[in-house]
Amino acid sequence: MIETRGLTKHFKDVRAVDGIDLTVARGELVALLGPNGAGKSTTLRMLTTLIPPTSGTATVAGFDVVRRQREVRQRIGYIGQGNGAGHSQRGRDELISQGRAYGMGVRQARVRAAELIDSLGLGEVADRKVATLSGGQRRRLDIAMGLIHAPELLFLDEPSTGLDPQNRANLQEHIVRLRAEHDTTIVLTTHYLDEADSMAERVIVVDHGRVIADDSPARLKAEHVGDTVLLGFDSEQETTAAATALPGRAAQPYGKELRIRTQGGPRQVPGMLEDLRSAGLPAASVEVIRPTLDDVFLTLTGRSLREGGANSDRQPATELVEV
Amino acid sequence: MTSLAADTRTVFSRELRPLRYDPFTIIIAMVQPLVFLALFAPLLPGDKSEALRWFVPGIIVMSCLFASSMTGSNLLFEIQTGSHERMLVTPLRRPALLIGRALKEIVPMVAQAVLIVVVCLPFGYRLDVGGALLGLVILAGFSIGMGALSYALALAAKNQEWMFWVVQQTLLFPILLLAGVLLPLDGGPGWLRTLASFNPLRYVVDAERALFTGDIWRSTTVTGLVAAAAVGAFGLFVGVRAMNRST
Repeated sequence: MIETRGLTKHFKDVRAVDGIDLTVARGELVALLGPNGAGKSTTLRMLTTLIPPTSGTATVAGFDVVRRQREVRQRIGYIGQGNGAGHSQRGRDELISQGRAYGMGVRQARVRAAELIDSLGLGEVADRKVATLSGGQRRRLDIAMGLIHAPELLFLDEPSTGLDPQNRANLQEHIVRLRAEHDTTIVLTTHYLDEADSMAERVIVVDHGRVIADDSPARLKAEHVGDTVLLGFDSEQETTAAATALPGRAAQPYGKELRIRTQGGPRQVPGMLEDLRSAGLPAASVEVIRPTLDDVFLTLTGRSLREGGANSDRQPATELVEV
Repeated sequence: MTSLAADTRTVFSRELRPLRYDPFTIIIAMVQPLVFLALFAPLLPGDKSEALRWFVPGIIVMSCLFASSMTGSNLLFEIQTGSHERMLVTPLRRPALLIGRALKEIVPMVAQAVLIVVVCLPFGYRLDVGGALLGLVILAGFSIGMGALSYALALAAKNQEWMFWVVQQTLLFPILLLAGVLLPLDGGPGWLRTLASFNPLRYVVDAERALFTGDIWRSTTVTGLVAAAAVGAFGLFVGVRAMNRST
């Protein structure tokens, strides 16, 4: 569905996108994850024909994004960071003109608009001025507009930025359902870690305009970070003794706590507890910390995705894992 | 697949739709030239109906210039909110985005023209309907070009909104005065007339004056048509280019 080779975009001296090779197959749900300014949106803007690449090529839905723009546009849907509906317009009117823009007849556009208004729960607000709608309602209207022509490929640029947690969950549900019901290929950018984690089967981590990792969230975490097992003891002496009682494990004592980095943590814990019990050092508490995608990013780049911005509302786990 | 005309209609009717819910904005827009006419026309020397014959087409051209040069101001807001970007990703042809928006701006202008003519009838003003219609076609061509240039200006100034207004206002009055819209150029010094000869609006105004009195088969009609078409083509070229280059 998408194929890029050495895709590059320079803005004056800045290499916003620095040689991206990407292949996305039909039916995939892919998240581009990275900090602000990583080049995610620029990549998306090239793939959606909004800006031409400086160099490299991209084929989207079977057509070149530079030479066959109209063909690409006809086949893709795009939901940008802003609000697609004009603020002085009515939602239903915007949906109908959007349908007309894709070559639908008036009647067809009207029917399709009503269908989407219904399925996105916009019935009560569709005939109101867009400016009076809430953020969540506007976002749903944006989605409806992106779907008017039932595109085979849908791009979403930071779809849930600025939404409250409830609306975010609601939006994610719509996206996942869309995928399940219509087998739409979906590419989204996000800097919400949990969003990439829970929705996408494939996460492409982008930093400084390059792809630095590309895999399923589970494999990215297992491969780049692994789990951390925290064992609590009653005294510091016991903790130090326990560290030597677990040979072959990267166990490091921190006060009354022993930290062990391992793969498949939950499966390792019973064996560890057994070893400690036979050494006469029973653990007082056990905790297994699974890595987040932020930990993956931290391992890959030495920086946290959360640095320099309120990027996620989840509790940071990095300082626990960074041993 | 759609055609350029269908795309233009889509953009045009989308732009026009909010006016349907809010006709008050049109009424406001129509009052302005009337005020202008009321305060300016009494200052014109000589026979009133003769003066109006010269002045009415000028006023219509002026409001057309004002309206079309504002095309970009509505766009600025849509650039900020994201709806412009959304439209750029649709298969709508780029020139349709420009033409549709510019034509929308001159809908109130046509209403204005009718109103002005009606108001002037009691003062002995007479107009040739056929000529006036051809005049409107010329004005539409000119407005598409001006609208497209205004659109390109909005794209260029999208990060500094004030820049749009500075440039628009700075250019507006020289264009207006060097076209002989408000005062005749004939009495002006040579350098001024030379400058005016590079102003396409000047030829449009001359053509309108002749056409509104029914003087259709004159060379001014041809030069007016050519000037309007040139502005239209140039505007579309610059506008489409700005759209393709905008980031």
